[in-house]
Amino acid sequence: MTDRALAVVRAGALTTVQDLGRPGHAHLGVPRSGALDGPAAALVNRLAGNPAEAAVLETTLNGCAVRPRSTVTMAVGGAPCPVRVDGRPVAWGAPVRVPAGALLDVGPATSGLRSYVAVSGGIAVEPVLGSRSTDLLSGLGPAPLTDGAVLPLGSPTDLHARVDVAPQPAPPAELVLRVTLGPRDDWFTPEAVRAFTSRSYRVSPSSNRIGLRTEGPALDRAVPGELPSEGMVLGAVQVPPDGRPVVFLADHPTTGGYPVIAVVRPADLPAAAQAAPGTPVRFLEVRRR
Amino acid sequence: MRALPVGDGALLVEVGSGEEAQALHAELLRRRTEGSLAVREIVPAARTVLLDGLTDPARLAAELTAADVPPARSPARAVVELPVRYDGPDLADVAAHWGVAPHEVARVHAATEFTVAFCGFAPGFGYLTGLPERYDVPRRATPRTTVPAGAVALAGSYTGVYPRSSPGGWQLIGTTEAVLWDHARVPAALLSPGTRVRFVPVGPPGVVEA
Repeated sequence: MTDRALAVVRAGALTTVQDLGRPGHAHLGVPRSGALDGPAAALVNRLAGNPAEAAVLETTLNGCAVRPRSTVTMAVGGAPCPVRVDGRPVAWGAPVRVPAGALLDVGPATSGLRSYVAVSGGIAVEPVLGSRSTDLLSGLGPAPLTDGAVLPLGSPTDLHARVDVAPQPAPPAELVLRVTLGPRDDWFTPEAVRAFTSRSYRVSPSSNRIGLRTEGPALDRAVPGELPSEGMVLGAVQVPPDGRPVVFLADHPTTGGYPVIAVVRPADLPAAAQAAPGTPVRFLEVRRR
Repeated sequence: MRALPVGDGALLVEVGSGEEAQALHAELLRRRTEGSLAVREIVPAARTVLLDGLTDPARLAAELTAADVPPARSPARAVVELPVRYDGPDLADVAAHWGVAPHEVARVHAATEFTVAFCGFAPGFGYLTGLPERYDVPRRATPRTTVPAGAVALAGSYTGVYPRSSPGGWQLIGTTEAVLWDHARVPAALLSPGTRVRFVPVGPPGVVEA
């Protein structure tokens, strides 16, 4: 009997378990959660021979190190980083055979923020409402990884990676987020709306899985006071009283009382997940499809 | 009724009152159940209902604003009874806002039938309406860093119960032993939008039973 488990040797700054998330429960106050860079998570799953819904690890900035108790296929993608097995450099963005008891070390991101680590069979923690994702806003799903934790692994499927190595987009030097205005752009002055879509912002270090916070010109309101709480979508650009736009990411609250000036196209959100603090951000207004 | 587009795949339908939002929410749920509305999320809130995951939001917007939404029918669901002890640390402050004695806060609150208007803030946290406007209270000037699970609280015109320990700025008037959220239970949330709720006192105010 092989021991299908993964021991966490170095948890890193913030490493969580993520899959496709738990959409469909927003009316109960449950965030959708799931991998912030969905395409990167899907790709490492394919490289490790997993179905798209398998749970992977999402690291933040400085990677993590794990020791599988049985021989597995692993793949690291997303933010580029050095990858080592028992100290030997191995390929990033490609399937890697990791023998039982060997140490796979995911190094610090050389660009971008979040690397993804897939293990054949997937991380098999108990699902909550159909998902294994860690939700940092509401605390659903497994806690972030800690040194010494042991994660169960699922059984590998018969899927075989059809690619040996896969190109992945480089993290952006400048983050351009296409937005459609509304639903509450009329709560801001015309000058504020112009500033929002023409001036440059920067990614704030206080960004997290809940929201990409920005630093830049504060947006003045035309309508004072608080908006009665209303439903929020992924990619909503909410403007709190300090006037600095916050782009809602996967762990965002499902309702909120600050006006949403615009909504980011979903296709642009994976790049937002890889934009390190200080990255310039532009909000590019596009017409609604 | 106004239907505001939200991104490319969602619609925020705005109505005139909380009651209208509840009626619209009930109607949209009915349409989804009968199969005439394909949508991923239906999220009611104070004056709006958000529809997310639509393929043709513009068409639905035109259809909704042209149609009359029937008023919410008397809900078929049974009333959920929450046992409560009116022993919260802000009971006296709330009584002062209301201009009544603390025991009168408990009496009025326990005599009210509430409806879950919407959820948010945390899984299982419902915004309960039912108290008349004259009983509105402000949030606390300084939020507490920790509010215990089961705290029964007021803010604005809403009543809520904290499903788990968390920071919070609502006025705490009581405590319930009811488990608001248990993800091992089906359904996980004791309260969901549209649920009717009554608070049933289980002991005199201020007395904590062993």
